[in-house]
Amino acid sequence: MPLRLYYDLLSQPSRTAYMLLKMNKISFEAKEVDLMKGEHKAESFKKENQFGLVPFLDDDGFKVIESVAILKYIIGKNKLPDHWYPSELKAQTRVEEYLRWYPSNTRSACVNLFLQLVMIPKFTGNPVDQEAVKGCRDKVTEMIADLESYFLRGKKFIAGDKISIADLLGVCELVQLYGCHEHELYEKSPVVKAWVENVKQETNPCFDEAMVKIHHIHKVFLTEYAQK
Amino acid sequence: MNNITFESRQVALRKGEHYGEEYKKINPFCLVPAIDDEGFKLTESMAIVKYIINKYNLPEHWFPRQNLKHQARVEEYLQWHHANTRFCCGSLLLELVINPQASGKPVDHVAVENLRQKTTVMIHQLESYFLKDKNYLAGDEISIADLFAVCELMQLFVCHEHSLYEKSPIVKSWMERIKNQTNPYFDEAHKIVYRIHDGYKKISAKL
Repeated sequence: MPLRLYYDLLSQPSRTAYMLLKMNKISFEAKEVDLMKGEHKAESFKKENQFGLVPFLDDDGFKVIESVAILKYIIGKNKLPDHWYPSELKAQTRVEEYLRWYPSNTRSACVNLFLQLVMIPKFTGNPVDQEAVKGCRDKVTEMIADLESYFLRGKKFIAGDKISIADLLGVCELVQLYGCHEHELYEKSPVVKAWVENVKQETNPCFDEAMVKIHHIHKVFLTEYAQK
Repeated sequence: MNNITFESRQVALRKGEHYGEEYKKINPFCLVPAIDDEGFKLTESMAIVKYIINKYNLPEHWFPRQNLKHQARVEEYLQWHHANTRFCCGSLLLELVINPQASGKPVDHVAVENLRQKTTVMIHQLESYFLKDKNYLAGDEISIADLFAVCELMQLFVCHEHSLYEKSPIVKSWMERIKNQTNPYFDEAHKIVYRIHDGYKKISAKL
């Protein structure tokens, strides 16, 4: 049975797993789970994955949750090029440092802003909580400053000269803000803007393919979400 | 536990030493832990722990390098930890002790009740997924996943919320197992936790 990936391209970490498989031409069975339609809460999905989250991997019965675990498993099983997760200790450690900082910083800041502007108004019907949005914008700004001054200082990518899964995870998270028209928060940093462009160049055309849902949300945002 | 020599530099959070100019040169995020290995400075506890394991080639069970599926189980927990175990335990301690002490405002009991419910769900997930049919979070042997989880749950012990995990016999016996396997270092590492636990009734009476 080929590897089975459950994902939704709306989800940042889902895009990362999808892109890693596609870029390295690894065959997989694509199982889309539509978050907007609540398919992740269906009994049939929860039977496979009690947490009801994506991405989720099933490798012939060996099931894995959590994007970092999934990415590292794919790299190890398919012996992907070293730069994705360097074997040299110090370069690897710089990747690890970002991977462990990312959940409570890049991911948390971007997810919360997207939730406030898109998901919460959509699922509750309530107007956007502008005070919460301001708080979220402040956290994103602080996180962007940390990316610039620490993780990307004097470097093209987080580990150095070459792209790794740290860059994939970080950039997939930032471009979620493009969906809700908040991309100026990262584009006003020339260092971070250049990093996002570098990652896109290294990963296209897979990057653009993975962005299809975010492009759609960006297009309809002003009419479907921004006024709520 | 692995008899690795290190220069110990304590940074007293309660005295705000993590915001000092000297410490900022080590870690600009002003957080602990951090290491400095002959000029190679590193933040983030999980990155530090993995660096130590790799540099000193520590026993495989701490973080499997040979077996991909065993490694994946540890990685699964390590990532889930941030938004679940750490978020619940850290936030409950913040709401019950740290924020009221820092701000002088009363405890937000609505927030506390909400966090207790989230913690109960988290404990259930530890029991039903990570510890299902296993003695340790990632398999048959202790790993760094167990160390991270138990050290986080002990934050609940600080603020007398440990019944949230003790009411699960599976989680309770797993924690005892980890303590027994890592003592006397476990008790040594938790001496401040034990001290605050003992003094908690006096602290909470003032909040």
